[in-house]
Amino acid sequence: MSRELKDKVAVVGVGNTRYGNFPDRDEYGLAAEAFRNALEDSGLRKDQVDGLLVCRIPYYARMGEVLGLNPRWTLTMPPHGRMSAMGIIEAVAAIEAGLCTTVALLYANIGRSRRVNYGGDENPSTWDPFGFTSPGAAHAMMFRRHMELYGTTTRQLAEVSVSIRYHACLNPDAVMRNPITIEDHESARFITAPLRLLDYCLINDGAVCVIVTGRERAKDCRKAPVLISGFGAQETYAPSSISNFDMEFWYPAVKAAGEQARGMAGVEHADIDALMCYDNFSPTVLFSLEGLGFCKQGEAGQFVEDGALSLGGRLPVNTDGGHLSNSYMQGWALNVEAVRQLRGECGTRQVPECEVVQYVQATPCTRSIIYTRG
Amino acid sequence: MAYAKPLPKIDTLNRPFWEAARQGRLVVQHCTGCGDRHFPPGPVCPVCLSDAQDWVEVSGRGTLEGWVDFHRAYWDGFKDALPYRCCLVRLEEGPVLVSNLVGDAEPRFRAKVHAVFDAVTDEVTLPKFAME
Repeated sequence: MSRELKDKVAVVGVGNTRYGNFPDRDEYGLAAEAFRNALEDSGLRKDQVDGLLVCRIPYYARMGEVLGLNPRWTLTMPPHGRMSAMGIIEAVAAIEAGLCTTVALLYANIGRSRRVNYGGDENPSTWDPFGFTSPGAAHAMMFRRHMELYGTTTRQLAEVSVSIRYHACLNPDAVMRNPITIEDHESARFITAPLRLLDYCLINDGAVCVIVTGRERAKDCRKAPVLISGFGAQETYAPSSISNFDMEFWYPAVKAAGEQARGMAGVEHADIDALMCYDNFSPTVLFSLEGLGFCKQGEAGQFVEDGALSLGGRLPVNTDGGHLSNSYMQGWALNVEAVRQLRGECGTRQVPECEVVQYVQATPCTRSIIYTRG
Repeated sequence: MAYAKPLPKIDTLNRPFWEAARQGRLVVQHCTGCGDRHFPPGPVCPVCLSDAQDWVEVSGRGTLEGWVDFHRAYWDGFKDALPYRCCLVRLEEGPVLVSNLVGDAEPRFRAKVHAVFDAVTDEVTLPKFAME
């Protein structure tokens, strides 16, 4: 990725709603609350926001009307769980191209209260007649392959869910706050074997807002800026008929995106204090660790053993509780957590001396972003 | 009793696949320009972008590249079938298909499999797979 964009744009405001089941609220109301919180966090005035990016929000113009915003740059992202880092990188590009100066990125999800299933007739596919449906099944298929190819076990996979739940227990905002053990994971009911209930992310309502601006403007904001120091990208669009699936666990894409991001930011693995890893299903964390090179391909099962992903372990992952246990904000909340860790705002879940945080999403649109303390 | 599971949405593009399946044959789309064989079908060849595509019969033989067992029904029609097994098969000719693995034998990774044809309605036959 282009090194000219290193450290040019900063995150200056983050905000979120409560997470849960809110049948009486819609995307606009939730997003407005997140925006208000992020604006307050940044110290900016509303009229200083001249870029608007919306994701999983039905109509950008209604969103602008609700917020009383008429920006000079607008972008709508589809409601897929891979748009957060894509959107943040687009905002960096727009700011550096001079299309706008300050972008509010808004995401909202009402899937819990509206009973979204993520499978069946909601997402028609070629393979429906065989009963093959849902992103969870695609990840179950990948994890089966990982088990067969590398000997990875479900007890190793459990370590991912257990560590991330431990972090959720330290996060007052998290949806799931009861601790779990490897045995709890192993005895949970199957959804699509080999994956069980505790391998699946939550489905909950809520909204997130991230405000980004150029580094110079960021100096006038309320808090110390968090710099977007590096990013990388690689798509893997086949087989799109099996959504959220890759025969190679997105290994080449994650490797490429990670190398781009580290190269741009000028950091090594040892510099990374925490990893925010898209965890729609627990196996994605294993695939991401391998692709990013924190361990060799096929060795993530061993890497995560003995609480390696917990605070105080080799590599704290998803310190807010991730999608598995904090909130299903499709990557957006993980980017917010990266910012809060770098600001030192995380209380009992704070990573000590946190200076570099990496975000990664191993998906058909793989992205990684490296944030540093400004 | 009426067949209650989802049926394929047959359209201009995929009709040859389902017509062949009814006849107990497995076919995939084939580019007459560069020879690439692929499934599901597309409007142009994904390698060379040619419009000149037809369908060719394949052996029905392949390897078992993965399997999962559904314990949740996303369609009511599958409720009575739980748990049911889906599989991922790489055909000898290259394309990768999702299907059902039939038979009671314990699945073995990369085992040889072959297509078996399950006529679920008068119009629709599903190509499924069994281990050798």
